[in-house]
Amino acid sequence: MFKEYNPIENKIFRIIDNEGKVINTEGKPAIEDEKVLKAYKDMLFARTADIMAVSYQRQGRMYTYPPNYGQEAVSGALAQIMREEDWLVPAFRELGAWLAKGATLKDLFLYFKGNEEGTAFRNAKKLLPISVPIASQLLHAVGIGYSINYKQEKDVVFTIVGDGGTSEGDFHEALNFAAVWKVPVIFIVQNNQFAISVPVKKQTASVNIAVKSIAYGMPGIKVDGNDFFAMYAALNRAQEFARNGNGPVLIEALTYRKGAHTTSDDPTKYRTKEEEEFWAQTDPLKRLFLYLKQKNLFSDNEESELIEQYKKEVDRQFDEAENSPATQLEDVFKYMYADMPEDLKVQQMEYEKFLKWKESQQ
Amino acid sequence: MVQAVNNALEIKLADDENVVIYGEDAGVEGGVFRVTEGLQQKFGEKRVFDSPLAESAIVGTAVGMAIAGLRPVVELQFCGFVYPAFNQIISHAARIHNRTRGKYKTPMVIRFPYGGGINALEHHSESMESIYGHIPGIKVVIPSTPYDAKGLLISAIESDDTVIFMEPKRIYRAIKQEVAEEKYSIPIGKAKVVSAGTDITIVAYGAMIREVQKAMVMAKSKNISVELIDLRTIYPLDKETIVKSVQKTGRLMIVTEEPNTFGVAAEITAIANEEAFLYLEAPVKRVTGFDVIVPLPASEHFYMQTPEKIFYELERVMKF
Ligand SMILES: Cc1ncc(C[n+]2csc(CCOP(=O)(O)OP(=O)(O)O)c2C)c(N)n1
Repeated sequence: MFKEYNPIENKIFRIIDNEGKVINTEGKPAIEDEKVLKAYKDMLFARTADIMAVSYQRQGRMYTYPPNYGQEAVSGALAQIMREEDWLVPAFRELGAWLAKGATLKDLFLYFKGNEEGTAFRNAKKLLPISVPIASQLLHAVGIGYSINYKQEKDVVFTIVGDGGTSEGDFHEALNFAAVWKVPVIFIVQNNQFAISVPVKKQTASVNIAVKSIAYGMPGIKVDGNDFFAMYAALNRAQEFARNGNGPVLIEALTYRKGAHTTSDDPTKYRTKEEEEFWAQTDPLKRLFLYLKQKNLFSDNEESELIEQYKKEVDRQFDEAENSPATQLEDVFKYMYADMPEDLKVQQMEYEKFLKWKESQQ
Repeated sequence: MVQAVNNALEIKLADDENVVIYGEDAGVEGGVFRVTEGLQQKFGEKRVFDSPLAESAIVGTAVGMAIAGLRPVVELQFCGFVYPAFNQIISHAARIHNRTRGKYKTPMVIRFPYGGGINALEHHSESMESIYGHIPGIKVVIPSTPYDAKGLLISAIESDDTVIFMEPKRIYRAIKQEVAEEKYSIPIGKAKVVSAGTDITIVAYGAMIREVQKAMVMAKSKNISVELIDLRTIYPLDKETIVKSVQKTGRLMIVTEEPNTFGVAAEITAIANEEAFLYLEAPVKRVTGFDVIVPLPASEHFYMQTPEKIFYELERVMKF
């Protein structure tokens, strides 16, 4: 697969077209209908939650949130591929993948309501927290990969970055180390074509992002990131490659951020309606839905019913987050160190005195 | 303040063809806070532009441009995202002049918003001015009003040294003030006595000035007369203004948003100790953040200095 889709030729790996028709039977992964249906439902759940998150934010019940809208197939495929023992080292736009790793919507809502408890992901295994400093997390993935080799384990690390992130030094250093150390790390670039307002053509003069893999000495492939099957097949091949001790792989998932960068951004400033409409045709959920419908695996009715059911579940978890107890002064201090310095205890005590005084003033 | 900074940039773009402006989203969009809005339209893409997403490269290329005679004014998106550029700041921007015995200069400005109180997610709320103040070879400026922002930024761009220009984003749009259209400058390295008083000196800067002013209303009702000094420049520090004031009032309190330990407030305390010790009637008080990561919005109120908290500390210094 990696040879056939040598990124220097700028071919894109794709299985279904915009109408959900299989156009590459050879490349289509062997995956049971049931699993495809499950993947679709998970993606639909993630999309429902994502849309509702934006509206909670608009209602002032949550802070800044980065929408996933239009990019769900990347996380959706990843969710099916990752095994329990695999690591996920995320950026901040992979809702479906976090959920697959055991994060809950309640966790995420807590986080986006400004509560650190939300990125503890207490019930998730091998899921690192959301990482905001662009591309910095990629190096952690490489370090985890080293430890996997060191302990002769068979796990794989999946790590994610945006197209803008490929300009950071950390991206290049991570790829270089990964290839030199031959670690089992799959780098997934969600190329949603924008870094806030900056289009990808201002980030790189390369023909594509996958091609950067060549210079570092690892396989790379450009994949239609809005095509669930293509993402599934590419990730599957990559994890097999890495798990068998062949080292890292770079996957460029070409997608489109249909929504705003975050809830504080206004995309009309830097892109046109025509462009948005063009990319709307490639929507990942629409394509997979049409595929399922053509195979009589799913119907419009079933979809509307599911959405209603999902909305209730999202609301339920949001309510839980909203009704969580308020944070306490000690939450600010107690996780700073494993062994808290005396001076921090004093700072906390002094502040408690102020709080008492404040109470006495009322 | 956004407009005042924009205006200063526009004035300098117009009167010095060596000025160029770039950063992530700084061109077409005009920056995430719209500080550079409209400048690309007016001055063209060669002078105001979007860079790839890489802080180290933004600052490193600015060092090169400055050495070669341009005056780059680069924007970094948030205080929390300067760190990838730290090597370029500390190893080169701060050293080229010394390393070449003055043959090459680095007349460049690195602008970025800093500070809390805007309900932001992680890495968007910190106040790390002391780490820049600690680096020999660069100057550090923080305005507290639109008027000051314009005058200080013009001085920063005209300075032959590298200037870190930190913008208190909490008051980007909170303070409305008429700012003169024409060019004026405010000198770097000079503090301002915002209001004269006799009982206690309070030193602050950036968004804390406004909070102290609110606390001063409470103090006034208790007949406490506060002398408020706006530092304006973190480095070089205006020792003279601070010392003179402390000699007059005999009490000193410093209000900042930074973590407590090794901070700007500690530095000012040392100055009072060294140069006004015999005038002090009470220990110098640092009113700062805790030595913790700035909490996310749900707990940020514990961290931020409020007028109430400032007044509480002030009363305790007065009662000493
Ligand atoms: C080191 C660093 N610099 C700047 C930022 C501010 N910032 C947040 S998201 C973003 C754009 C990221 O673009 P991309 O990597 O393409 O990912 P996307 O947001 O499109 O998913 C920027 C510049 C940051 N978070 N970290």
